[in-house]
Amino acid sequence: MTPHAWLLLGIYLLVLLALVKPLGIYIAEVMAGRPILALRLGGPIESAIYRLCGVRKDEEMGWLHYALALLLFNGLGVLAVYALQRFQLWLPLNPQQFANVSPDSAFNTAISFVTNTNWQGYAGESTMSYLTQMLTLAVQNFLSGATGIVVVIALIRGFARHTVKSIGNAWVDLTRITFYVLLPLSLLFAVFLVSQGVIQNFSAYQNMTTIDITAYETPKLDAAGQAIKDAEGNAVTEPVAIQTQTLAMGPVASQEAIKMFGTNGGGFFNANSAHPFENPLPLTNFFQMLSIFIIPGALCYTFGRMVGDTRQGWAVLAAMTILFVVMAVATITFEQQGNPLFAAAGVDQTVSATQAGGNMEGKEARFGIADSGLFATITTAASCGAVIAMHDSFTPLGGMIPLVLMQLGEVVFGGVGSGLYGMLVFAIMAVFIAGLMIGRTPEYLGKKIESFEMKMVSIAILVTPLLVLAGTAIAVMSADGRAGILNPGSHGFSEILYAFSSAGNNNGSAFAGLSANTPFYNVMLAIAMWFGRFGVIVPVLAIAGSLAAKKRIAVTVGTMPTHGPLFISLLIGTVLLVGLLNYVPALALGPVVEHFMLWTGH
Amino acid sequence: MKTLIRPALSLFILLTIITGLIYPLAVTGIGQALFPAQAAGSLIQRDGKVIGSRLIGQNFTDPKYFWGRPSATGPYPYNAAASSGSNLGPLNPALHDAVAGRVKALREADPGNSAPVPVDLVTTSASGLDPQISPAAAAYQAARVARVRGLKLDAVQTLVAQHTEDRQWGVFGEPRVKVLELNLALDGLQPKP
Repeated sequence: MTPHAWLLLGIYLLVLLALVKPLGIYIAEVMAGRPILALRLGGPIESAIYRLCGVRKDEEMGWLHYALALLLFNGLGVLAVYALQRFQLWLPLNPQQFANVSPDSAFNTAISFVTNTNWQGYAGESTMSYLTQMLTLAVQNFLSGATGIVVVIALIRGFARHTVKSIGNAWVDLTRITFYVLLPLSLLFAVFLVSQGVIQNFSAYQNMTTIDITAYETPKLDAAGQAIKDAEGNAVTEPVAIQTQTLAMGPVASQEAIKMFGTNGGGFFNANSAHPFENPLPLTNFFQMLSIFIIPGALCYTFGRMVGDTRQGWAVLAAMTILFVVMAVATITFEQQGNPLFAAAGVDQTVSATQAGGNMEGKEARFGIADSGLFATITTAASCGAVIAMHDSFTPLGGMIPLVLMQLGEVVFGGVGSGLYGMLVFAIMAVFIAGLMIGRTPEYLGKKIESFEMKMVSIAILVTPLLVLAGTAIAVMSADGRAGILNPGSHGFSEILYAFSSAGNNNGSAFAGLSANTPFYNVMLAIAMWFGRFGVIVPVLAIAGSLAAKKRIAVTVGTMPTHGPLFISLLIGTVLLVGLLNYVPALALGPVVEHFMLWTGH
Repeated sequence: MKTLIRPALSLFILLTIITGLIYPLAVTGIGQALFPAQAAGSLIQRDGKVIGSRLIGQNFTDPKYFWGRPSATGPYPYNAAASSGSNLGPLNPALHDAVAGRVKALREADPGNSAPVPVDLVTTSASGLDPQISPAAAAYQAARVARVRGLKLDAVQTLVAQHTEDRQWGVFGEPRVKVLELNLALDGLQPKP
């Protein structure tokens, strides 16, 4: 870590933590429907929406009702995203005349965007029409983010309420979080992004003549359009020289803003936030990093406020922040070390006043090592998955940190809503372990933790490792799975492990060398994404319902405080223990082996 | 279940219209009214024709130009309709062959220069469209460009300095040189004896 990297990390944390409280209060007020200014202004529109939809806003739902509502709402999302991709050629706003997307790819993308994963088997600028991008993909950026947030709000209500059957109204919650939080934040941020150079238009792609000539080899085709091969089976190529460039265009800024705030991460372009039209400047990059963590961070404060003890929220936020800082320092340090094999080739990787040095393969000059390492940690700590550098080209250990952060269950800040409900599941696990050690019935925030809660906690914690490890095992054992690998050796295994870790934990970033736009991966990863999302949401809502029905028990001298350093350590310990027990063998076969091979010069 | 279908369907349609049509159109309207040049892609025009974008790199291989970051887009480098990184892992022999090849090309274009090559000049960028290089990578090439163009070295260095940006607000990002705009400025210079 250079002094500059420490400064960057420090400023980032300072700004983030300063914003957590005001936004946290705002979200709590919005979700409780308090008559703050925004709700009074938006009230007539909100009421009109409920009237049109036949929603009675004071009608509360039990947990099962709430879960069914969310499943139905998200199911409609899958249908819409799938259908629009399949018909985009015949619909407007398709200036490049992109064909209808294949069934397996459209299915994968539909599941991906609805589950807040935003895994992308396709390349945006050569696949999706503007209409598909804005009317389905960007819409799901809002709605999947909203879904995550309302689930954690329902869970918090489970703690905050007592002896009632209901946990809120899903329709009202979804409307309020979208209308009062995600939409205004995105609108402001999108306009800021345009001012800094992010494009926002509906023009056809811009053709132009370049300054210099580009010469390259292209496969020679026969009369039937088939590639000609020589006697050894290699494709015959012919030289071509061009002096043109085609700039991809589109309504990027509006999608970029919600892509970050909703911790979605699905790029308008294939290169995601590394693309200069998505993220042109170091300043836009800083705000993109902030916008990933801001809602997950603020929700911790919302949590403390809703349960009537803000220390509880700060404790959870502290556990997240400690884990995050350790991981960020590690990623930046490993990337700054560079590639030891480059030195022999006469390459200078040392950091100096005139260059970032380090491992610059797959990184942008304007971001260098510190910003790229920090962004990679943020995007995988949160289940965002946007990238400004290609994780596949990271050093073995630099690439292992993003992998580990996903495998911990996306609870270090995590996705909007999903990060906090994941962390609260671990908190219940932590008090349960502590309770076992001293022989008392575990309790958390005045609620007894009993066998039903622990069963649901076990499902929520175990479903993703099962999907990730079983999925990886199936892929490495099948020819279809191995066919997608780009990099040889242990790195190829890491590519597959990364793909399933990303899908199962709804992150969406990739070791993108893996060719995943095949029927095998499109279907396998869609399964991992769907169950990794709703296999956790349904048990979490069940916990919420069960907790809401319980009596509140008084704090006694025997109650373990859940806001001090002891609890924070216990929570961090639980997260690491569960995560590492699940994944150490797989990590040893991938990045760890690769690290030793790299540094011993193989 | 029946009581859920109407609100689910109508709320889904309403929120789709708000977030999928009204919102992007509002951003487009505001963006194009207040920041028309940025919204259109920060295009550079010469004689009424678009010759590039300030934000998107172009491929340079002629020794008289500063070269940018290597690009892994297909089928040709700096394909701005197909952004992509190489995704080569740190141990992949293809990466090491490519880096060695780029070092060799730089040395052949500038036989007298035996200094180590700045890493960003021989590694591909994440987007394949990186418009910038490090100041070290520009300094490495300055003597070559001056020699090929018959310019004085300090004239070239002055031009490089004019196209160098520092860290934004002193802390964000890295110092960097805008390659396309630097090369356009070079083409605008008259060789001096």
